[in-house]
Parts: sequence; C-alpha cells; structure tokens
Amino acid sequence: MAQRVVAEGLFDWPSDEPRLIGSKCQVCGLVAFPAYPNCPKCGSLDVAETRLSTRGTLWTWTRQRFQPKNPPYLGIEPAADFVGYGVGYIELPEARVEARLTVGVDEPLEIGQEMELTVVPFATDADGTEVLTYAFRPVSQSVERS
Amino acid sequence: MDDVAIIGVGRTPFGRFPGQTAIQLGATAVRAALADAGLEWKQIQFGFAGSYEVDNPDAVINFLGLTGIPITDVYNGCATAASALTQTANTIRLGEYEIGIAIGMDKHPTGAFAGYSEEYGLPAWYGETGLFLTPKFFAMKIQRYMYDHGISPATLAKAAAKNYRNGSISPEAFRRTPMSEEKILGSRMVNDPLTQYMFCSPDEGAAAVILCKASVAHKYTSRPIYLKASVVRTRKLGAFEVHSPWLPLEREEAPTVFASRAAYEMAGIAPDDVDVAQLQDTDAGAEVIHLAENGLCKDGEQERLYAEGATEIGGSIPVNTDGGLIANGEPIGASGLRQVYELTRQLRGTAGDRQVPGTPRVGYGQLYGAPGTAGVAILSL
Repeated sequence: MAQRVVAEGLFDWPSDEPRLIGSKCQVCGLVAFPAYPNCPKCGSLDVAETRLSTRGTLWTWTRQRFQPKNPPYLGIEPAADFVGYGVGYIELPEARVEARLTVGVDEPLEIGQEMELTVVPFATDADGTEVLTYAFRPVSQSVERS
Repeated sequence: MDDVAIIGVGRTPFGRFPGQTAIQLGATAVRAALADAGLEWKQIQFGFAGSYEVDNPDAVINFLGLTGIPITDVYNGCATAASALTQTANTIRLGEYEIGIAIGMDKHPTGAFAGYSEEYGLPAWYGETGLFLTPKFFAMKIQRYMYDHGISPATLAKAAAKNYRNGSISPEAFRRTPMSEEKILGSRMVNDPLTQYMFCSPDEGAAAVILCKASVAHKYTSRPIYLKASVVRTRKLGAFEVHSPWLPLEREEAPTVFASRAAYEMAGIAPDDVDVAQLQDTDAGAEVIHLAENGLCKDGEQERLYAEGATEIGGSIPVNTDGGLIANGEPIGASGLRQVYELTRQLRGTAGDRQVPGTPRVGYGQLYGAPGTAGVAILSL
C-alpha cells in the first residue's frame, strides 16, 4: 500500500529507528520541537537540527473521543467509523513533546509510565495512500529488543 | 493619570438567536448600557469593539447613529473583551476622551472551535494529525493538575453543578436548568477527565460597558463602580498553554498569573480583598485551576473549598455567580464584558436572586484563551 509522511522533516523516514527532528539553539542551547527556524527563547536565528530521544515518560494525557473537523484533520472516515485516540505529552530528556498515543480509548494510561516513539498510519487519502505520523506507545506494548 | 469609572453596563441574553445577526445583538447590548447609564449614543466619544466572527463589529453604529466617533475593532482570542476594556480604559486614563464604550459581540456555529494551525503560527501537520483542538488541551492541563495537587473528578462536577445552579437564577443565561453532580460525571466522556457537561459551548450574544473619567462619574450615576485595573498578558516560554506541540522542561507560570499579579499591583488590592470573582470556566477544570492562578486559593485547596461550598453565592469566595461560561456559553467577543456586567451588578447590590450577601466591595474578572492570552479586570466600589 502506498504511504506518505504527514510532513517532511518531522521525523526520520524511511528508517528502521526513526527519531523526531527538533532544533537546538547554538546561542542559548534550548531544544525546540518541531525544528524551528529561530530559537523561541532568545530569538537567535543560529539554530541547528537535532534528534530527540525516543524514550520518555507520560507527563499528562487525555483521549480524543470526538472526530476532529476535516479539514484540517486528515481523517475522512464517516463519523460512525471514527476511532478515538490517546493524546499526551511525553517527557523526553530534551523536552516534553505532544503526541498521539497508540492506545485505544479503553486502555489504561498513567502519568509517569514509560513510553517510546513509533511511526503509525493515522489516516488514508482519497486515493488510498496511508498517511504516517509519529506517535508514542507504552513500552510494555512494544516488542522488547533483546 | 485619571481613574476610570463604570457608569453603564448592558448585555443580551446568551444562547441561540436565529434571525438576529451578531451586530444586531451588539446594538441591543449598547442600548441596554446607554439606558443603564442614562446616556444617549451621541454622548459616547469613542469606542473599542471586539468580535471573533464579525470582521467589523464597529458596523454596530448602523443601528445606533453615525456620529463619526473613532471606534477601533479588536480581536484577541478569548481575551478579546479584556483587550477592548483595557484599551477603552487606557484611552480615558490618557486624558484623550471622557466617555467611551467597550462593545463585544459574537455568533458562533455549534461545536468546538475549529481552524487551521498555520493561522496560529504552528505547522500544518499539527492540525492534520488531530492535535489542533482546544478541549483536549484543557483536559490535559487539569489531568496533570489533578495528579500534582490531589483534585478529584467530584470537584470538577461540583464546579460545573454550581455554575448550572447559578445559571438557573440568571435570566440572561443560556443553560438555565440545574444539573446534578451525578449527571455531570455520568455524561459522555469527551476528553478524559472532562465530560460533556463540564464544558461550555460557543454560542451567541453581546455585552457593552460604558466607562468615563472617574472625576466626572457623579454627573451620570450616584453609584459609580471603579475599574481599578485591566490587564492583558501573553504566555512566556515554558507555560503549559493551548496549542503547544512541545514544552521545554523548565516550567513557567501561566499568563493568568502574570496578568493577575500586575492587576493586583495596579489596583492596590490583594487577593484577600476580593469579594466576588468571575473566572474563565471554558471547562470545570479551568475554573478550578484559575482559582489558584488568580491568587484566590493555594494549589490543591480547591478540593476542600468546593466541598465546603466556599465558591457558592453565599460562600467565602463566590465564583461565577451568573453561571460563568458553563451556563452562559461563550460568545468570544462578549464573554469578558459579561463578567464586568455581572461584577458591576454585584457591587451595586442589584444582582437580584444571585446577589452575594453582605456588601461586596471588590470584584475580580479573568479571561483566558488561545494561544495563551489572559486578561484580568479588578473593580471596586
């Protein structure tokens, strides 16, 4: 099936170990996400691309139980087919990042639980192309690497 | 600089008004404020008019009289009315005019506010992936706040139930049926932990406030109420704000905290002096958080305060005596002027069934909205 990323420069793709792409201010050191053309703290234009860590903890969360309006939301399924999704902020060593969570509306979530980055399809274009975005999943949900 | 007095307040009911435009609602609110002040439109020397849906809310003059006065239209998210009020007050303080009016009006479609993230300085993917939504922000803010400060879902239900109860005795409110805490908690979960009846709805309505130089206020009214402070602040980096794809690890206080501190200082009034407050209750959790962000309690104290009824009309710190946004809905341009309307009525002692007992002397209003803008007004006798 054809796939596309929702935005270039948001995360590494295609990749076996994708990471989120942020920016680091070369003057004050602030890491921002997504990559900014300027530092949102000191205003400097001297920023460089940086990769964020892929593991962190859940800082806060909710569940999106109603279908966002299209546009801008790319999900175009009939309202009856809409499946809610988790949303949260993941505290990474560099920053807290807002993300969709790969949990259904009935799966438990707890502040402080370990989460890791993944890339998932979340919508399908009219021509059948799957649209990919980054998301975080509970570490227990993933296949543990040995 | 000159002090500023409130000499006239007016509002329409908030709700749904098929066949009436926002601008017509605005004219109705202005006429009500003029009648309250005993003034004619031709005596108004300038104005600021706020709206989200109406491009040129100053077109309200079509229904009032084309007197040629300067009117400036303002929009500043949910703090639009705070901007109109602040600019009107400051124009008088600067001595340019003696009498001016702040007008707010809106007429929103049903459902949560929607838009494009690019219009908020954010990347398109933020909206495309289903993250550009205000309700889930408020849900995540109260979720973390409950975790940090031991607030229970029951307290959220108590806040909402109080506002429906107060709305039931406010003739102009949209939601006028009391609702039990059980029904609120048991209603459809929208964004955990917030249920359907914990949220306000965008709706329709208008409000207007007439201000004048304090030294001439007694020419127009025997009971002037003084606008001691009106302040707007935007977010600083690190504040947990609506429409934030990321946050730095180092946290900063919310813009409400800075607006509040500046307003208390400008007014020479302390949080302990506040007798009645109108706080932005986009949802029940926002009211709970805003109680602390405005210095009216400590973080976590809300659990006890709501249980004891402290925020009720007869309590030690009555909050949203007219039912707030939860009972009135939110016509963005008018919402903050509704707060000033209610506070003025309370300080005059003319709030009817919802009058705060005793003699309230200090009223406090606060607005908050996207993309992280807060407004605070402090009124006193």
